[in-house]
Amino acid sequence: MIKKILQNNNIKAWLYLLPAILFLGVFMVYPLIDVFVYSFEEGYNSASQTYFGIGTYNYDYVLRDPYFLQAVKNTFILVIITVPLSTGIALLISVGLSSITKLRNLFQTIYFLPYVTNTLAVGLVFMILFKKTAYSDGLINLLINWFGGSSVDFIDGPYWAKMLVLCIYTIWIVLPFKILILTSALSSVNPMYYNAARVDGTPKWRIFTRITLPMISPMIFYLVITGFIGAFKAYSDAVALFGTDLNAAEMNTIVGYVYDMLYGDSGGYPSYASAAAIILFTIVLTITCINLLISKKKVHY
Amino acid sequence: MKVVLKNLTKKFPGRDRKNPADVIAVNDFTFEIPDGKLIGLLGPSGCGKSTMLNLISGLQKPTSGQIFFGEDDVTELPPENRGIGLVFQNYALYPHLTVRKNITFPLENLKGKDKLTKEEMNEKAYEAAKLVQIEELMDRKPGELSGGQQQRVAIARALVKKPCVLLLDEPLSNLDARLRIQTREEIRRIQRETKITTIFVTHDQEEAMSISDMIVVMKDGILQQLGKPQEVYDNPINLFVAKFLGTPPINVFDGEVKDNKLYIGGDAVLNIKGVSNQKVYVGVRPEGLDLDEAGPFVCDLTGVEVMGRDISIISTHKASLNTTVRSIASTGDTTAEVEGEQVRFSLAPHKVFIFNKETEERIAFVAEVEQ
Repeated sequence: MIKKILQNNNIKAWLYLLPAILFLGVFMVYPLIDVFVYSFEEGYNSASQTYFGIGTYNYDYVLRDPYFLQAVKNTFILVIITVPLSTGIALLISVGLSSITKLRNLFQTIYFLPYVTNTLAVGLVFMILFKKTAYSDGLINLLINWFGGSSVDFIDGPYWAKMLVLCIYTIWIVLPFKILILTSALSSVNPMYYNAARVDGTPKWRIFTRITLPMISPMIFYLVITGFIGAFKAYSDAVALFGTDLNAAEMNTIVGYVYDMLYGDSGGYPSYASAAAIILFTIVLTITCINLLISKKKVHY
Repeated sequence: MKVVLKNLTKKFPGRDRKNPADVIAVNDFTFEIPDGKLIGLLGPSGCGKSTMLNLISGLQKPTSGQIFFGEDDVTELPPENRGIGLVFQNYALYPHLTVRKNITFPLENLKGKDKLTKEEMNEKAYEAAKLVQIEELMDRKPGELSGGQQQRVAIARALVKKPCVLLLDEPLSNLDARLRIQTREEIRRIQRETKITTIFVTHDQEEAMSISDMIVVMKDGILQQLGKPQEVYDNPINLFVAKFLGTPPINVFDGEVKDNKLYIGGDAVLNIKGVSNQKVYVGVRPEGLDLDEAGPFVCDLTGVEVMGRDISIISTHKASLNTTVRSIASTGDTTAEVEGEQVRFSLAPHKVFIFNKETEERIAFVAEVEQ
């Protein structure tokens, strides 16, 4: 009997899938549904596990909360600046890397260092670069002073300065992975295409835009999608730079807001946190759908 | 346009300390390719044929020597200024562009007074496509075409700029047997129509012999022989060329010349003149072994293959350097059944070649036919 059931390929397949399905179900699918349910339960009390009613009040509250609006603004600025810039810079560096032969390994290692460096060590480096202390104004301010400018407080100073540091930090931290992906994509383009283009007298720039870019477009697309999602989920970078009280620093992100609503000093509101999380999910889903639609025209598999 | 190569040499430096020796891919090549001919560059894998083609196209620079197109020295010219069309072994069609865009791609690079409008480009692309008979496939992507169609697109792309020399790298190696025969005739037709000097590289001697005006046989980067296919087949200059040309391949035996007689094993098979006594290699084309009940050459019969038009008689001989001895006779000629343990042949003198044992160069002889 058991033998007969096992012979049925369908059951066998489910059996193989079972461990993964179990884990995904318990730790991903169930929480997802739960968050969705939470977000509509008004006045939920986590101690007594009771609520008053079902409705959209949580969304209403979150969308009116100035901290949330600040977080949304910060996240969008971060996404719009860092995703195109980091992908562009990574592409430039990868093209540079694949066109040199000398010292290539050395440069590859240098560009890959941020990926393997401890976050705290990276934070320390950024402190030295940007932080104003009693003893120094930081390396960047030293440079600004050198050129005749006046010092800027990048960590506790004006909004644009803090946003600038956060963007630089984010770009720098995501670059290695993008460079790694793009250099391997570039080296997988068959050199015969370049030879064919050379025989036809194609200028270098045209070879790049008409041949190289379309050929690596699936990889660029992958990086843009994961870049968008990653940037929307940004949180730890802001914490590493500005500490845990992000609302006070005006540097909170959507994920940061969700965390604060759950565990922060003003926390303990899983319903609001859930509503914010669902809003983030909707934003990411929309952006990804738009990306997919654009990619149908521009990406060549 | 004629193509002239003078003392052309290409060396690749040794890779590292373990392999310090230079690799000489093309060694002191000198020959002239007449205008408007179809040339087959022929040799086994790794003999430097593709390097040769890259040198002519300009994708690689020769170590020494010169290349002339017509009267112009093009040795130092980059590929785009040589006016060549190149068809790659894997076609190198841009997979993300349609057939039309692939064909117009070279035209879009034209600058200055040569610059074309979109209509002119499409018109030229259509002309080229029509020449290779793919005009109804213009809006497809290369991935949606068969191998033979891709091959035609690649040829159309190479021809669209009206090159003075067309180079084809193993143009038929990715096609199946039937398509190969069809495509090689196609290449022949296109070359005849356009009258462009065409050089194609192949390791398949049948392919080269069937369509070339002239074949160039290479081995280890060294030119062995060039000439019309039939001439090279009938008068191979050395053992390598004799073995390389012809299917089924030539039968080679250990032999000896003694007192104006040619011996294979113990049998005196031919009376010849003009060769001193020495040990030799004897090559006999399969069609040079004639079934003859009174023939001097005796082999042990293994089998008979009937191929319709002709039959192959497969046998063994102790002096043979091949594992089997193969003879071809057309079915019309041999009415007698081939049976028994042994089979006897007489040799057609013009299908027999003898080669020096050390140099493997051919030794000329005059055959004396017995009365």
